[in-house]
Amino acid sequence: MGILDKHKIIEKNATLLLVLSLLVVSIGGLVQIVPLFYLENTIEDVEGMRPYTPLELTGRDIYVREGCYLCHSQMIRPLRDEVERYGHYSLAAESQYDYPFQWGSKRTGPDLARVGGRYSDEWQADHLRQPRDVVPESIMPSYRWLEEKVIDGKYVADSLKANAAFGRAPYSEEMIEMARADFRAQVDPDADTEGLQSRYGAAADWGGRDVNVRNFDGQPELTEADALIAYLQMLGTLVDFSTFIPDASR
Amino acid sequence: MWNGIKVIVFALLVLGAAMAANFGRDLAFQVHAIIVAAVAGYMLIKTIAAIGDKPKPKPTGYMDDVIRWGVIATVFWGLAGFSVGAWIAFELAFPDLNFGVSYITFGRLRPVHTSAVIFAFGGNALISTSFYVVQRTTAARLFGGNLAKFVFWGYQLFIVLAASGYLMGATQSKEYAEPEWYVDIWLTIVWVAYLVVFLGTIYRRKEPHIYVANWFYLAFIVTIALLHLVNNMAIPVSFLGSKSVGLFSGVQDAMTQWWYGHNAVGFFLTAGFLGMMYYFVPKQANRPIYSYKLSIIHFWALIFLYIWAGPHHLHYTALPDWAQTLGMVMSIILWMPSWGGMINGLMTLSGAWDKLRTDPVLRIMVVSIGFYGMSTFEGPMMAIKTVNALSHYTDWTIGHVHSGALGWNGMITFGALYFLVPKLWGRERLYSLKLVNWHFWLATIGIVLYAASMWVSGIMEGLMWREVDAQGFLVNSFADTVSAKFPMYVVRGIGGLLYLTGACIMAWNLWKTAIGAGQTAPAAAVPAE
Repeated sequence: MGILDKHKIIEKNATLLLVLSLLVVSIGGLVQIVPLFYLENTIEDVEGMRPYTPLELTGRDIYVREGCYLCHSQMIRPLRDEVERYGHYSLAAESQYDYPFQWGSKRTGPDLARVGGRYSDEWQADHLRQPRDVVPESIMPSYRWLEEKVIDGKYVADSLKANAAFGRAPYSEEMIEMARADFRAQVDPDADTEGLQSRYGAAADWGGRDVNVRNFDGQPELTEADALIAYLQMLGTLVDFSTFIPDASR
Repeated sequence: MWNGIKVIVFALLVLGAAMAANFGRDLAFQVHAIIVAAVAGYMLIKTIAAIGDKPKPKPTGYMDDVIRWGVIATVFWGLAGFSVGAWIAFELAFPDLNFGVSYITFGRLRPVHTSAVIFAFGGNALISTSFYVVQRTTAARLFGGNLAKFVFWGYQLFIVLAASGYLMGATQSKEYAEPEWYVDIWLTIVWVAYLVVFLGTIYRRKEPHIYVANWFYLAFIVTIALLHLVNNMAIPVSFLGSKSVGLFSGVQDAMTQWWYGHNAVGFFLTAGFLGMMYYFVPKQANRPIYSYKLSIIHFWALIFLYIWAGPHHLHYTALPDWAQTLGMVMSIILWMPSWGGMINGLMTLSGAWDKLRTDPVLRIMVVSIGFYGMSTFEGPMMAIKTVNALSHYTDWTIGHVHSGALGWNGMITFGALYFLVPKLWGRERLYSLKLVNWHFWLATIGIVLYAASMWVSGIMEGLMWREVDAQGFLVNSFADTVSAKFPMYVVRGIGGLLYLTGACIMAWNLWKTAIGAGQTAPAAAVPAE
């Protein structure tokens, strides 16, 4: 075992041991991660994907804060039962504006990748208040405090800005400037929502549908429950699958 | 002069932290600013009080003070982490167990549990054993004077900031990398100091060869630094708030996260703990390592291969197929170097197997290597795509992780603690071997209940999700699978309680040992070596 005898050189030299270890552990990550940033077939070309509205983005932050991703995945695998149960398998394109991703790793509760539009706003509000009122078998805790917490979107523009930094999420300067107004407009059906829709809705060039504008939690105040339900109700609804052609090379 | 600079720095820190507490945008940030202000204030008073003191003589011999603190912290955080784990296990069986309090829902406590056991319990075990082992195997005092103390206390501050942040909802939502941006920056500083102390001690060695345990500790320290830096890149929404936005999104972020996540297992929980195995098992068995050549081969193979295994967390997801396949293949190959470590550990007992009958500490170590072998077989198996199609998203994964964490990481740490406490406190033996035996059986039965219940519930729910009837319709609603798991969740919780009880017995035994109860002879003075 001549070559192993040479190992003496490494184990007598701490710097060499350090540098070689670092080189050896770097290879795998470089091969697996770097190509994902430049291979063109990594993210599918789809119609309808848009960045989150300010209200949805706030709802997503609440989703993260409460650790929802620890029990709910947002990644439907292309397996028969999952497609039957949850809908079309998830595309990489659908999470391209998720900083960070929310695919999850555990389904203590069901997948939420396409929960948008599946239940009514009222069901969602009841469910957040007390899950066992609507699903007796549920083991999800009550999130009663969400509908009690009034929010004003004071810092929502900063949030959009951080998502857009370094050319990431495609928020325009106008979207950032109007963030707080859009935040409020989305829960008020009587408000002038033309601006909101022109930036995020069918009129914008995402190729998608109009944004949901409703009083999501049914209360007069704008609460965290409004934001979270607005987020849940748009999940998985953006991509137009009638125009989607899977790429066999992927 | 030096004290003057320190006073100014700490005073500025107190002032800055107080301002941050005042202008902070969210609760977690404000509470953290208050904690930082308090710590800086304490250091300020301590520094001022020390001004004018005569310089202490330069200490010689091994630096064991910080290791004694490390042992205490390991036991403390272990009990904390196991307790939270048992609590949230019962929250899944009895969902109103958070009593309507937002701070202790499963979603907020789960990262407290994982961080407490991996980073607080495991991390303190790694830091303190690495400081012990590197001094004994190099015959040198820890490098950097008080830097080792900074590493220890700085790390405790990291733990407190991380865990309290989760309770208040400050999280990046990346598993095992949840702490927010400023906590990550702090950990980076502490970690670099750790590397300096460890590597500096190796440079000072009086023995030309670097002992194998130190290769593993060194690989663990540098790789964790690399993983931490890349996976935590984020843009703070404001420098006055805890919230940050990750640099990467979607598929690239998922790959980066699981490159990190799997290698938190591979380097924190495997390479580092193998370093522990390579010192404490030969010491306790009083036998040399079985094979030097095997240790060379399995060291390089293990650190090279582990880093490729991340994509097996993303089978059948939107991650491109080439990456999934690559991850699967490398995960299966990884089985071999993993078992290389197991064989080297177990075979070290050659000629000393009879000691298992009389030495419960050695028994704990051997069982930990056994669990290491089992979970490093189960892991590659679950990394096969067809197996993963069933196991992913289910409790099977949770069972797998815990047979590794409770069996391998927990047990080898318990073994090392039983070895260290009599040595560090200058006692000739442990307070009670009978209690060690009790701990051994409680922990082992606890793990068996945990793993078995999660296998049953994981495979059951996986099969129920995919079950279709003769017409091709799904048979079970999701809610059906939730209620079917209830008995298994109770059994799992009981398993966790048994494991926790064992750890409480250990804490009592170690405490009695440290204070010198039950010793036949008065404690001998420890010679400065």
